[in-house]
Amino acid sequence: MISSRFSKLLSWSYLAALYGFIFLPVAVLVLFSFQDGRLPVPPFNGATLKWYGEVFSDNRLMSALTNSLMVAIGSATVACVLGFCAAYGLARFVLPASRLQRGLLIAPMTVSYLIIALGLLTTFNWLGVSLSLWTVGIGHVVINLPLCFAIIYASMGDHQKNIERAARDLGAAEWQVMTQVSAPMLMPSILAAFFLSVTFSWDEFIIAFLLSRFDVTLPVEIWSMLRSGLNPKTNAVGSIVFLVSVALLLILELIVFRRTAKK
Amino acid sequence: MTAPVSIRNATKIFGDFTALDDISLEIAAGEYIVLLGPSGCGKTTLLSLLGGFLSPSSGTIEINGKDMGDVAPAKRPTTTMFQDYALFPHMSLRDNVAFGLKMRKVGKSERHAKAEELLDMVGLKTSANKKPHELSGGQRQRVALARALAVEPDVLLLDEPLGALDLKLRRQMQDELKAIQKRVGTTFVHVTHDQEEAMAIADRIVVMNAGRIEDVGSPENIYMQPKTIFTASFMGEVNFIPGTFESATDSTISVKTSLGTVELPEFECRGFTPGASVTLAIRPEHFRASTGTGPRITLGKAKVEDGSFFGTHHRAHLSPLDYPNMTITAHMPQSAIIEPGAWVELTLDPTSVVVLHGHPPRPTPESAAL
Repeated sequence: MISSRFSKLLSWSYLAALYGFIFLPVAVLVLFSFQDGRLPVPPFNGATLKWYGEVFSDNRLMSALTNSLMVAIGSATVACVLGFCAAYGLARFVLPASRLQRGLLIAPMTVSYLIIALGLLTTFNWLGVSLSLWTVGIGHVVINLPLCFAIIYASMGDHQKNIERAARDLGAAEWQVMTQVSAPMLMPSILAAFFLSVTFSWDEFIIAFLLSRFDVTLPVEIWSMLRSGLNPKTNAVGSIVFLVSVALLLILELIVFRRTAKK
Repeated sequence: MTAPVSIRNATKIFGDFTALDDISLEIAAGEYIVLLGPSGCGKTTLLSLLGGFLSPSSGTIEINGKDMGDVAPAKRPTTTMFQDYALFPHMSLRDNVAFGLKMRKVGKSERHAKAEELLDMVGLKTSANKKPHELSGGQRQRVALARALAVEPDVLLLDEPLGALDLKLRRQMQDELKAIQKRVGTTFVHVTHDQEEAMAIADRIVVMNAGRIEDVGSPENIYMQPKTIFTASFMGEVNFIPGTFESATDSTISVKTSLGTVELPEFECRGFTPGASVTLAIRPEHFRASTGTGPRITLGKAKVEDGSFFGTHHRAHLSPLDYPNMTITAHMPQSAIIEPGAWVELTLDPTSVVVLHGHPPRPTPESAAL
């Protein structure tokens, strides 16, 4: 009896420690974004929304936020289109060295963002491409394409192959099969890939830092704010970033996984 | 919309496996053809050649007199109804049925009207806005049929269309398929391994085995006058009695078997020579001829081993007096009283006995009769 109660206690405290480890930093960040005082450190002096007001009236932060959204949505869209085309080609046609091609497509996942950013920076310098939000977007396509490809490729089964065959049999050209049959059928996994890509791009710092110049994304702007020291305003903007990520994951959960469950 | 199909010397080789071996077949416009055979006999491969999903290793396929050599599936006057229906899961039934017309650039209102007309034909008019996952198997099957017919193909190819349905629904859909085929007049080529389905539905059955055509003919012909031992055993229960061809006169032939010498009227000369191995094929229901009129022959007495009641008949296993190792399966009338140990006379109408070349692959007839 005692030992079972003890082991129960142990497993609950383990669970609490685990979630504490994951969420305590975030909870502290969010808590001190409401700090009524100049420093986001204990003791907590009481709640105020002042810092959020400052964030929303800060033009630089707001334009960085807009930039981040544009880069995230743009790069995720491109990564999904390219990933879908690659997955369709590799899943539906006999291509030379298709295993090698699949491997090469997924390989960038194993390379660190820093290396990818350095490689792209060198390439852009060499090509004479000046750094901008476009180059950040290209960098984010590079890191998200393997993910999109892997998610979409994994959902292409033989059952859908037969449905595509039926569409071709009814007179659909290849592009019509892709746009009117395959893509709508695979929409749950395409949306999953899209939202994950948006989330990753939204949070990404190293590539965005190294590949941007005058227009920067939100994580880069936050980093430059941090150089002048801690401030509840940085906590507030950090909380906003976190909130958007959570919202995106909730959308993913609600739209995509509920749709899949229905079938 | 209908067209004749002509298959000439079609061969299909996959690696070192010959799936189709020199197949030639003429199909008339508006005919309901069933390709029947066990799995791996090449029937689905032949259907894929017609649909254009595979191309023959050699030989030609013509539809409506045009060589289909390099014509892609989309450009052929054929549509296929797939075994798993392959409906578009994200589209309503109306859009599913109208898809082929949309690909042919038919205007929206026109193609929707046509789709609704076809859904009406298959009894699903009120469900036009539903999605495929809301339907039962039989309904999906009807939608697949409507979708394939919407583009008015010359030839409709059906790949085991009833395979996923339960028995009762399958029998009902057979009747519907046949009625719809007669109504639209399209040439139907239907693949199945179910001989009852084939007989119920076909104008002509093509029996296939190991990449070759074994037999072609009307259901009655295939069942009652099979040309080979394979066809005879595939088309239903049959007793094989191996024997030796002895002699032929103008009107009769005689075959020596372990149940004695049997005299049969010569209905068709098939080039038997004295001394050749032949097999008598007798359907179980043909042992029921002890009453009635007409010529009769007997294979002697047999002892009833056991029997079971099938509603329309009693199915009994008999062992002949002359050769007790052989088991004969016979269907006895509903009213018969089956008593194990009783003796019955094996009486037959000689015209119902079929003489086939060769002996069955397995030495004893009971294996085929089981």
